[in-house]
Amino acid sequence: MTVLTIARLTVREAARRRLLLALLVLTTIVIAATGWGFSRISTLSEPSGPAGADQILQAKLSVLQVRLIAAQLLVVVMYMFSFVLALSAVFAAAPAVSGEVESGIALAVLARPLHRRDYLVGKWLGLAGLVAAYAALATGAELATVQAVIGYLPPEPAQLVLYLIAEGLVCLTLALALSTRFSGMVGGVIALVVFGIAWLGGVVGGLGAVFANEAITQIGTVSRIIMPTDLLWRGAVWSLEPAATRALAGSAGPAALATPFFAAAPPDPAWLLWAAAWVAGALALAIWSFHRREI
Amino acid sequence: MKLLLGLSRPTSGEAWVLGTPAGTREARRRVGYLPELFRYQHWLTAREVLALHCALVAMPRDGWPRAIGAALVTVGLDGREDGRVGTFSKGMQQRLGLAVALLGEPELVLLDEPTSALDPVGRHDVREIIRDLRARGVTVFLNSHLLTEVELVSDRVAIVNKGRVVTEGTLDGILGTDEVRVRVTGVDGPAALAPFGTVSRAGEWLAVRGVAPDRVPDLVAALVAAGGRVHAVEPRRGTLEERFLELLGEPSS
Repeated sequence: MTVLTIARLTVREAARRRLLLALLVLTTIVIAATGWGFSRISTLSEPSGPAGADQILQAKLSVLQVRLIAAQLLVVVMYMFSFVLALSAVFAAAPAVSGEVESGIALAVLARPLHRRDYLVGKWLGLAGLVAAYAALATGAELATVQAVIGYLPPEPAQLVLYLIAEGLVCLTLALALSTRFSGMVGGVIALVVFGIAWLGGVVGGLGAVFANEAITQIGTVSRIIMPTDLLWRGAVWSLEPAATRALAGSAGPAALATPFFAAAPPDPAWLLWAAAWVAGALALAIWSFHRREI
Repeated sequence: MKLLLGLSRPTSGEAWVLGTPAGTREARRRVGYLPELFRYQHWLTAREVLALHCALVAMPRDGWPRAIGAALVTVGLDGREDGRVGTFSKGMQQRLGLAVALLGEPELVLLDEPTSALDPVGRHDVREIIRDLRARGVTVFLNSHLLTEVELVSDRVAIVNKGRVVTEGTLDGILGTDEVRVRVTGVDGPAALAPFGTVSRAGEWLAVRGVAPDRVPDLVAALVAAGGRVHAVEPRRGTLEERFLELLGEPSS
């Protein structure tokens, strides 16, 4: 019950300190802008001069072409969004514990008859709820906008949301664990650097797979172990790929396979299990770290 | 205080609070705490902070309004409960902290410098609260460097220097013998007062040490009988500050 009390308190803090308002306003603006952008796709190859015979033949883009372009653009938009989610999770979690300890707010709370782990898990739960709610609402709003504007919906919207939430939770848990020992600024920077390593590792690993280079592929594997965000992003990309794009997987060149905007296959279930274990392990580490800390 | 609450971990040794090992949840259940660094969630209202602590001590929900109301009245914050803590002055935040410490009817209240941000009226109010707690059988463990405050409310005092207890005991025991100061004219004061104790001059006053309080009327009567005109009588004992400085080997002013 104490865990829920702290979780509710964490959510209320985000609301009262206007984090939710800021996210809401900015996300709405971005989604509106992308909606406008998507509506312009079908105008991409409209003839601009006087109509000649061949220009009449070169009609507007076919529905399929529009959808393929929209699918790729949506991947790019969602990629940016996944970064926003990861950064927001880090910014929210990095000072969650250290800020309260430094300011003294934690003193009166931890003097109460609760386990330190209740305090930590409560914070995690509150922040995780915020990450999940934001990911679901923003993704839902974006997909609804694209659907409304050009009638395209990616094949697995629910799966997409779950992958994005998972990516957010990984970043959140790392930042919260760091928050038990480091100030918000330092913990946030460390979390972002590790996230960057995972991102880079994902690209390098993709190149290694393409050129069938064992050593380079290993780099990708190691970075996935260190922080599983990139592999979760690949899952999100897979959820966004319509059948036509997936069908191209076999014939796509090395450049396409190495970018973060394309996934040749869904993530191996074993890696998904690793991601779940990673989050649980990071949370356990956070609990242990906080247990010993002087307040 | 932090060791007693489990906020700091001991390097060695043991401690018990109300019969349970210090720092356990059971011990913390029966203790109220006002930290020296008193900060509360500034985005919450005072009422919400108190409600949070009601939840943390597992108080039954229907008892919250009464407990919160009583706490606010005790510390003089009634009427301000819907203000954001971020808008409170330091003194008001300290009062809120005191209210938080009193929630849940603790058996032991730890107050760390509880009047540091308060004006004389506030300090008076806190002393009244401490006296009221004592009357209700609650133990108050007060940490303060305002020795005048300590003198006014404490039954027992411990003086700590560099992590070691220098002296500990009742206030009367620590302050030593009583002293009476007299301003008298028209008589050989020291001679008349000699039977009552050791006499010394302190400016225009005569200080007699070792006089039991109930002998003061006899002392005055003796001076009058000897033909003296008694202008003022002041029972006085050494202050805690003087004793403190004496124990620490510092010269007193």
